[in-house]
Amino acid sequence: MSKELIRLVNCRMDFDGETVLDSINIYFNDSEFLTLLGPSGCGKTTTLRIIGGFLQPTSGDVFFDGVRINDVPPHKRRVNTVFQKYALFPHLNVYENIAFGLRIAKVPNKEIDERVTEMLEIVSLRGFEKRKPDQLSGGQQQRVAIARALVNRPKVLLLDEPLGALDLRLRKDMQNELKRIQQQLGITFIYVTHDQEEALAMSDTVVVMDKGRIQQIGTPEDIYNEPKNAFVADFIGESNILDGIMRADYVVEIFGRKFRCLDRGFEPNEPVDVVIRPEDVDIVPADSGHLCGTVTSVTFKGVHYDTIVDFKGFKWLIQTTDLHRPGEYIGIKLTPNDIHVMKKSAYSGMFGDYSSYSAEYDEINDPDAVIGGEETVEEALNNEE
Amino acid sequence: MKRLGKVWTVIVYLFLYLPMIVLFVGSFNDGRDLSEFEGFTLSNYVTLFRDTDSLALLLNSVILAVSSALLATLIGTFAAVGIHSMRGRIRSLVMTVTNIPLVNPEIVTGVSLSLLFVFVGRGLLHTENVLGFTTLLIAHVTFNLPYVILSVMPKLRQMDNQLMDAAQDLGCTPVQGFFKVVLPELWPGIISGAIMAFTMSLDDFVISYFVYGNSFVTLPVEIYTNTRKQMPPKFYAMFTLMFFVILVVMILMNVIQARDESKQKRRVKGA
Ligand SMILES: Nc1ncnc2c1ncn2[C@@H]1O[C@H](COP(=O)(O)OP(=O)(O)OP(=O)(O)O)[C@@H](O)[C@H]1O
Ligand SMILES: [Mg+2]
Repeated sequence: MSKELIRLVNCRMDFDGETVLDSINIYFNDSEFLTLLGPSGCGKTTTLRIIGGFLQPTSGDVFFDGVRINDVPPHKRRVNTVFQKYALFPHLNVYENIAFGLRIAKVPNKEIDERVTEMLEIVSLRGFEKRKPDQLSGGQQQRVAIARALVNRPKVLLLDEPLGALDLRLRKDMQNELKRIQQQLGITFIYVTHDQEEALAMSDTVVVMDKGRIQQIGTPEDIYNEPKNAFVADFIGESNILDGIMRADYVVEIFGRKFRCLDRGFEPNEPVDVVIRPEDVDIVPADSGHLCGTVTSVTFKGVHYDTIVDFKGFKWLIQTTDLHRPGEYIGIKLTPNDIHVMKKSAYSGMFGDYSSYSAEYDEINDPDAVIGGEETVEEALNNEE
Repeated sequence: MKRLGKVWTVIVYLFLYLPMIVLFVGSFNDGRDLSEFEGFTLSNYVTLFRDTDSLALLLNSVILAVSSALLATLIGTFAAVGIHSMRGRIRSLVMTVTNIPLVNPEIVTGVSLSLLFVFVGRGLLHTENVLGFTTLLIAHVTFNLPYVILSVMPKLRQMDNQLMDAAQDLGCTPVQGFFKVVLPELWPGIISGAIMAFTMSLDDFVISYFVYGNSFVTLPVEIYTNTRKQMPPKFYAMFTLMFFVILVVMILMNVIQARDESKQKRRVKGA
C-alpha cells in the first residue's frame, strides 16, 4: 500500500521567464488516491503534464520507481491520462477509442476484445461500442476517456478535472464510480480538481496548491481540521480567520480575551492566525456567552442557516440549525476544540472575516480568566515547565 | 420586390451559365457556324477522339495537373502543420505571406518564375533551355501551395490540440500519432485542397505560358498560342466534356464538405 511510486524533487517550471511552479516536492504512493487541489491557474495541470511527460521541468527531477525519468517521452511512461477535455479521437468509435492503446502495443486481437469488453462493463457502456464520440453525452464521453486510459493497466492514472463539465448529479455519480474503480483495480490515481468538496470526499491524500507552490499536504481530515495557513483554511470550507496572540502554550488571546486551545510550540506572545469553523460555534443567550454580538443577516441553506454575526464591526459566519433573526443580540461559546491556531504567513490578513485587536472588546468581566479551561494562565505556564 | 429579386436571380444565373449552354449546344451542332443550329451530330466528338494530337495535349495537362496537385498537397499539408505549431505572432505573419501569392497578378508570378528559371538555368546549370515539364511542375506546385494550406489550416484549427498528447499518452511515437490521429482529422481539408489545386492547374494558361518549353506543352497553352483563327469544333466537344468532369468533381467536393460540416455541428452539440 505505502510503496513509493513517483517523486517530484524540487521541481520548478518557468514559462517565458515566469515561474508557474516553484519548489514542488511530492511523493505518490502505490494505490493511493491523491488529489491536487487549488484555484484556477495555480499550476495543477502543469504538475500533471510534468508527471505525464508532456513537459520537462525547468529544474528539478522526476522519479518513477526510483528511476529518474525527466527525459523519458510520454509514450514510454507507464502512466495514462484522462484529459481535461477528454480528447477522444473523433474518427474512431467507442470500441476503437478504448482499443487504441492496446493496438499500438500490438496486443493480440483476442485479448484486445476481452479487455475492451471488460472495460466497457466497468464503465457501464455496453452497447455503445459502435457510437462515435460526437454521438455521446458528456458523461458518456467522460467514461470512454476513463476506459481508454484504464484499459492499458497503467501503474498511475492522471485525471485532469475529469468531472469539470458535468452537472452536479452526474458529478456525484461519477465520483462514486471513480472511487470504486480505483479501489477495485488498485491503481494510483493522481486527481486534479478545484472543487474542495470533491477533493475531501474522494482522496486519501490532498495536496493544496496556490500560486505554483504547495501549501499543505495531508489527509482530508488534516487539511480540514489543521490547516497550515490562512489560504488553506479559507480554500477548504468556510472559515472565520482572526488575529490572535499566543500568550502561552495552549492559551491564545482573541479580541482581548484569553481562550484555551490545543496548540503549542509558538514563541511567547507570537502573533498568530486563529481559525474558527462556522459549524463549530455554539450560539447561546447573550448573558452566558464568551463573546456577544448582533445578528446581521441569515440565509437558509437547507441543512443549516448561514448566520452572520457582527462582533463590534467584525463579521463572523456561524452555521446553526436554530434560526436567529437579524437584530437579535446573542452570545457564542467556544471550546478548545473549536479553536485552531496557525503561524502567520504571507496569506495572513487576506482571507476570512478578518479583524485586528480591539481594545474596547471588553464586555465580559475578568479579562484575565482563561475561557474553556479550568486552569489559569499561570497554571498552564507552570505545567509546561 | 420579391418577384423582382427572383427574376434578377434567374438573369444572373442565365448570364453565368448561358455561355456553357451555347458551348454545349455548339458541340452537337452539325456545321461550323455557331449562329445557326444545323442539326444534331456526334461528329465533333468522333473527330476529337480520333485527333491524337489534341488528346496528347489534354493528357499532358492532366499529367501536370495530377502531379502538381499531389506534390502541392503533400508539401502544403506539412507546411500547414508546421505553421499551426508556430506561436501566435509569427503564425499570422506566415499566413499573410502565404496569402500574398493568391492575390498577386498571375502575369507577375509567371514572369518572375520565368526569370528565376532562366537565371538558374544559365547561371547554375549552364543550359539555354531549362524550360519544360520540370519548370511547369515547379510553377504549378508554387501557385497551388497556398490553396492547399488555406484549406488544411481550418481543419487544424478545429482540431483539439490535446489529441496529439492523448495519442502519445497511449503509446504512440510523435510520427505514429500524426498518422493515426491528426491526419484523419485533416482528410476533408486535404482532399478539397487537392481538388482545388487540380482544377487550378488544369486550366492555367498565364503562368504556364511563361515557363513552358517545347518539350512539354499543355492544352491551354496550345489553344491560346496556336489557335488564332477560328476554333475547330472538336474543341467544343472537349470543353464540354471537361466542364462535366469538373462539375462532377465539384459536386463530389461539396458533398464531402457538407458531410464534414454536419459532423462538426453534431460534435458541437454533443460537447
Ligand atoms: N504553455 C504555456 N505557456 C505559458 N504559460 C503557461 C503555459 N501553460 C500554462 N501556463 C501558465 O501557467 C499557470 C498554471 O497553469 P495550469 O494550466 O497548470 O493551471 P491549472 O491549475 O491547471 O488551472 P485550471 O484549474 O484553470 O486548469 C497559468 O498561469 C498559465 O497561464
Ligand atoms: Mg488545468
